[in-house]
Amino acid sequence: MAAENVQTFTDGNFEDSVIKAGQPVLVDFWAEWCGPCKRLAPTVDALASDYAGKVTVGKLNVDDNPNTAVKFQIRGIPALLLFKGGQVVESVVGAAPKEDLKKAIDKHI
Amino acid sequence: MDTTRSIIIIGSGPAGLTAALYAARANLRPLLIEGVEAGGQLMLTTMVDNFPGHRDGILGPELMAEMRAQAERFGSEIVQGNVTAVDLAARPIVVRTAEAEYTTRALIVATGASAKLLGLHAERTLMGRGVSTCATCDGYFFRGHDIAVVGGGDSAMEEAVFLTRFADKVTLVHRRETLRASKIMQDKARANPKIAWLLDTEVADIQDNGTGEVTAMVVRNNKSGETTTVPVTGVFVAIGHHPNTGLFKGQLEMDANGYISTHDGSKTSVEGVFACGDVQDHVYRQAITAAGSGCMAALDAERYLER
Repeated sequence: MAAENVQTFTDGNFEDSVIKAGQPVLVDFWAEWCGPCKRLAPTVDALASDYAGKVTVGKLNVDDNPNTAVKFQIRGIPALLLFKGGQVVESVVGAAPKEDLKKAIDKHI
Repeated sequence: MDTTRSIIIIGSGPAGLTAALYAARANLRPLLIEGVEAGGQLMLTTMVDNFPGHRDGILGPELMAEMRAQAERFGSEIVQGNVTAVDLAARPIVVRTAEAEYTTRALIVATGASAKLLGLHAERTLMGRGVSTCATCDGYFFRGHDIAVVGGGDSAMEEAVFLTRFADKVTLVHRRETLRASKIMQDKARANPKIAWLLDTEVADIQDNGTGEVTAMVVRNNKSGETTTVPVTGVFVAIGHHPNTGLFKGQLEMDANGYISTHDGSKTSVEGVFACGDVQDHVYRQAITAAGSGCMAALDAERYLER
């Protein structure tokens, strides 16, 4: 269902795919029951296309992958975390407009 | 896509979608612009039992999906966009989003209302880390926890009851002694053994003990002045909504709380501009009244366009 550019992150691949990634990674923490998360999904797909080659974009389902959510103190979704060099450099909670998200990402690339 | 329209509707809750449905059936080819809170407040609730026509109730998101599909069936064009500015003095009226500029002869404002916050600094810094305005989104993270819900209306009652599915204890905090929720919702909350009550009480602060996540709330009893620290890992703010009228400041007449003033149905202070739903209603604020006013706005707009 997600666009081809959008990765799927899991508790199992998070370390390699996000923490140790060579370029910035935007992680969308979501769940099936969360309306606003679904509202944000097309925006996340669009960001994946817009930033292809510069920022990796992917989603992590918190229901299936509880460990990562706890590790980054996620208690509210949707939550978009931008990782750079293994660190969280931006964090946006709630469905934000695409322009706001682009501004947050552009600060770090 | 044609950016020159006869009628544009801003907002996609029950008011906006009903306006779109009626405008589409009147062959006005309406354009509806939906923002990040698409579907409106019902997207954040679970079972809706008081929208007539559904004897067994219907889930909020399902009801909105039905309304949206119905509006589209008769030819409403729906685009995603964040309206950043409007010029209501221009003729035709101008509506700008980040991506496009539209002009229209008639405009229907159905931008609804968004969750009010307490206004505490900690509320903003801990949002998503224990502070939440969406019980259906975030209840999951509080399984087995002790949490709080702040508010005294129907939303607060519904959220508190919903959260007892996850939390061990839900403390309802309300600044007055009496609740403004409907009798049936009050009874439902009172009957739930997991819900504790702190009335005549306000939240003075939310603490994280340096952890970056909510660990407690400081509450003050309004009668005694006494403050107490209550350990909770979540604070759900359900104190009401404020109308989304920032876009129209200085262009449309509003009351002191920002609600758009309407007369003779849905007419605003500007000819050709109509308002419906919670954005102009601080009295009823129900899905059904919003839908009803959306119909009125479409009919008023149709008559205006026919002159």
